[in-house]
Amino acid sequence: MITTDILIIGAGPTGLFTVFEAGLLKLRCHLIDALPQAGGQCSEIYPKKPIYDIPAYPEILAGDLTDKLMEQIKQFEPGFTLGERAETIEKQEDETFIVTTNKGTKHHAKIVAIAGGLGSFEPRKPPIPNITNFEDKGVEYIIRDPEYYSNKKVVISGGGDSALDWAIFLTDVAASVTLIHRRNEFRGALDSVDKVQELKNAGKITMITPAEVKGIVGTDKVEGVAVVQNGGEEFTIETDHFIPLFGLSPKLGPIANWGLEIEKNAIKVNNALDYQTNIPGIYAIGDVNTYPGKLKLILCGFHEATLMCQSAYKRIFPDKKYVMKYTTVGGIDGFDGTRKEAPKAVVKKIE
Amino acid sequence: MNPDITLKITDREGILHEIQAPTDMAMNLMEVIRSYELAEEGTIGICGGMAMCASCQCYVNSNHQLPEMSIDEDMMLAEAFHVENNSRLGCQIQMTPAMDGLEVVLAPES
Repeated sequence: MITTDILIIGAGPTGLFTVFEAGLLKLRCHLIDALPQAGGQCSEIYPKKPIYDIPAYPEILAGDLTDKLMEQIKQFEPGFTLGERAETIEKQEDETFIVTTNKGTKHHAKIVAIAGGLGSFEPRKPPIPNITNFEDKGVEYIIRDPEYYSNKKVVISGGGDSALDWAIFLTDVAASVTLIHRRNEFRGALDSVDKVQELKNAGKITMITPAEVKGIVGTDKVEGVAVVQNGGEEFTIETDHFIPLFGLSPKLGPIANWGLEIEKNAIKVNNALDYQTNIPGIYAIGDVNTYPGKLKLILCGFHEATLMCQSAYKRIFPDKKYVMKYTTVGGIDGFDGTRKEAPKAVVKKIE
Repeated sequence: MNPDITLKITDREGILHEIQAPTDMAMNLMEVIRSYELAEEGTIGICGGMAMCASCQCYVNSNHQLPEMSIDEDMMLAEAFHVENNSRLGCQIQMTPAMDGLEVVLAPES
């Protein structure tokens, strides 16, 4: 069991900055995120795109913002459970919470802060009528263990980096690799496109373009896929696996069943006070919450995180006196033993 | 001041809405649809309008001269679902006086 003061669900910019504000109050944080890396949308969707409304940064790339936040919170030693989705929450008799992920990892925390953005990123499933019947029976939306495809026939569908990269990787593992895309053009990194071209020329990848998988053939498991190329007659390709790689899209997911008040796909919070939800001890901050006048901006998430941490502190230590202190005055004492502080004034007599 | 333009939007439930959109606020079609709440929040404009998610895909049914498709939009539509010949991303259609009378149907959520 992982124990912490504040369990943050979502490691996007708002979740990361929460670690800083909590750290100033000597509260420890642990973050859960369904993605394998921190940064949320900033890392997953648009790491190379600029943001212009982060105060004091006239321009910063989304990926760099994540790096800076990670640097800013380092001394508060946040824990991470990455690549796992928060699934269930149980309130304990002592008003603390146990949150369990889809992989069974348990987290025990005094406070839960949901900073889940638009939700956890789930693979986009193509609208093939019988596809759900074959999930984990030859249809996989995510490649977890490449060795699983050893000596198997594999069909990959998609036109982005992950389709190209996995097609390249699996040529060394699988019995055969077929790549199907609706266009002749691919939008992956130039290196990957060149490599696929090379493997195609060498006969190691079969390319079918412009084409689309329209159906899945098989009884208990995938035996083939039905393909339409260039508007022609449907034909079947034999395969053991069909791997559609069409990127990820965020879904609110299991959080929607936690008994929280939901409105417009977001969690209702008390914005007059502390961004607490209808369940005391559970807060929602950043893009995942809603209140009158809500704006889904990173800078608003930072503000919400700051107020939420003050409220969390009062909830954990109801009888302790505390007033907010400027970092310039108080400096920063990291949990790792480091201290940052403003340099002392130098006084020297002029003879 | 630029006059407002009229748009005919059919939502995902098939209901037709005739709405007014400003042309002087640098808004795109996806943003106009969101401002009228014609699609549920969280199901449209997920990437914010960067042609990176296709959640604002729509079918254009009028004969307007639309802005030329960028490579980003074209490649995103190549990976989107339910794509037709008249598919466009709403976030890439700016509201200008030339768009007056535009008729679009929102593509299903995916």
